[in-house]
Amino acid sequence: MSPDMLLNLLLKSLSQTLQMVAAAGIIGSLIGLPIGIFLATSGKGELFPAPTINRIVGLIINAARSTPFIILVVAIIPFTRLVTGTSIGTYAAIVPLTIATIPFFARLVEAAIREIDKGLIEAARAMGATPTQIVFKVLLAEARPSLMAALTMTMVSLIGYSAMVGAVGGGGLGDLGIRYGYQRFMPEMMLTVVVVLIVLVQLVQSAGDALARRFDKRNRKN
Amino acid sequence: MTIQNAATDVATSVQAEVAPKEPVRGAPMVSFEGVTKRFGGTGGQPAFTALDGIDFTVAHGAITGIIGRSGAGKSTLIRLVNGLEKPTSGKVVVDGTEVGGLSESSLRGLRRQIGMIFQHFNLLSSRTAFDNVALPLEIAGVDARTIKAKVGPLLDLVGLGDKSASYPSELSGGQKQRVGIARALATDPKLLLSDEATSALDPETTQSILELLKRINAELGLTVLLITHEMEVVKTIATDVAVIDRGLIVESGRVFDLYASPKHETTRTLLASSLALPEWLRTSIKPVPAAGDRALVRLVFFGKTAFQPLTARLVAQLGSDVNILAGGIEEIGGKPFGSLVVSYSADPAVIERANRFYAETGLTTEVLGYVA
Repeated sequence: MSPDMLLNLLLKSLSQTLQMVAAAGIIGSLIGLPIGIFLATSGKGELFPAPTINRIVGLIINAARSTPFIILVVAIIPFTRLVTGTSIGTYAAIVPLTIATIPFFARLVEAAIREIDKGLIEAARAMGATPTQIVFKVLLAEARPSLMAALTMTMVSLIGYSAMVGAVGGGGLGDLGIRYGYQRFMPEMMLTVVVVLIVLVQLVQSAGDALARRFDKRNRKN
Repeated sequence: MTIQNAATDVATSVQAEVAPKEPVRGAPMVSFEGVTKRFGGTGGQPAFTALDGIDFTVAHGAITGIIGRSGAGKSTLIRLVNGLEKPTSGKVVVDGTEVGGLSESSLRGLRRQIGMIFQHFNLLSSRTAFDNVALPLEIAGVDARTIKAKVGPLLDLVGLGDKSASYPSELSGGQKQRVGIARALATDPKLLLSDEATSALDPETTQSILELLKRINAELGLTVLLITHEMEVVKTIATDVAVIDRGLIVESGRVFDLYASPKHETTRTLLASSLALPEWLRTSIKPVPAAGDRALVRLVFFGKTAFQPLTARLVAQLGSDVNILAGGIEEIGGKPFGSLVVSYSADPAVIERANRFYAETGLTTEVLGYVA
């Protein structure tokens, strides 16, 4: 195989990984965010008290999070087919990746919001804020640095998960590494894939950290 | 008075003394009528009674202090005023409106007329000083232009005109509380609740914050209800005071009267640090006089007696020497209040003459014991 062909393969796989991670990350976070807010605000005596639903949603999230990803991928094949019309390929792989992202991100959002000083909620209530105003003007605003960190962590995890969707023909860097590096005994391909993944994770992490720092006004000094 | 005027005044005379306004003794701003609050009591656990039948009023325009040790129920009490807590029984009435009878949305309307400041300031770390002060206005749906016109003067009023773009993490504790005060004033409230607002501050900063609250009370005519565990705070700014202990108001009235003649034991304990005797004196006091011992007496001067040369007359009256051992004159509730610890011969004839003198002049005294 010529170096050109290898490079093409690598670029194609990288683009597949990026598509899957970006799509699943964005859709999953958008769905996970409100669920996380709900989890953090619907306990007994909280802003939107609904303890029973809170417990049920919590159980579903725990169940989804304890299912090994590779099993999740195959288990939801009928659903994937329903959504994308097919159960194989990069687009199809976005479905299980998104499903895995939702509970993961929701729990991180919940933790980020619970971390906020209860005194701020009390102050906002004393100002006459509605629960919705408290969520948008206080909780989400104050949690921004933690939410940014949560998003970074989610994206990094997604890059790892995306390596497993080769099982349903999702392609991507992980798949390339397995098929060429491992099955065709091309250790240099394996190495290249690993290096590219390391660089990718580093980039995502640095970008996320930089954004989180920008939002974080908690430790500024004169 | 408008905020702009007040702001210039503060800027020009930050350290000036302001006499507290005489509160209007009419319809109260806040009244508690038989208020009881219990927590828990479900699932077989015994209920905890935080407040037990509170009857108490806060006069319009007054600075009223509620003092008590931690766990006495004062935090619960202040939170009943803006409905952050609901009474188990009894009524809390704010300016004619019963808080318990309000719907959630009417309650939010009432809260916009009640400012609140907190021990730990509770500022949003993600917002600048300006945006923190703007928050209650945003919540009330005020348009951006009005907010802009309003926040600047408020920051000037609290002396932070130049810190508008600073984040709370860039401000000192006292500055944060000033932002908190500006924020509490943003919606032009008629009542300001202060929840241990100076407890996290050093003594010097505490004084400057109290001075600011006093000024706001005098210049904006705002009623202030504050809770604290420090008698010093009450002494510095309050006109009225209630002492709370284990969910009960054990004593209430004018701050001055409380100092002049504390009745309840809890009040005495809380006053103790203010009226403490020096260590060397405290350890040498005997409850019963031996021959040749001297009586140790605390003389309390206030009102009219504060301005009369009573000590000189006491010496003349007794025909015996009088030793001054400790004392000082402070301002309490805007009036001079003197406390003098003296000793003189414990000879019954001298004591008799002294008591006659006290009865004639209306001087308040307390025999502390006897010293050699």
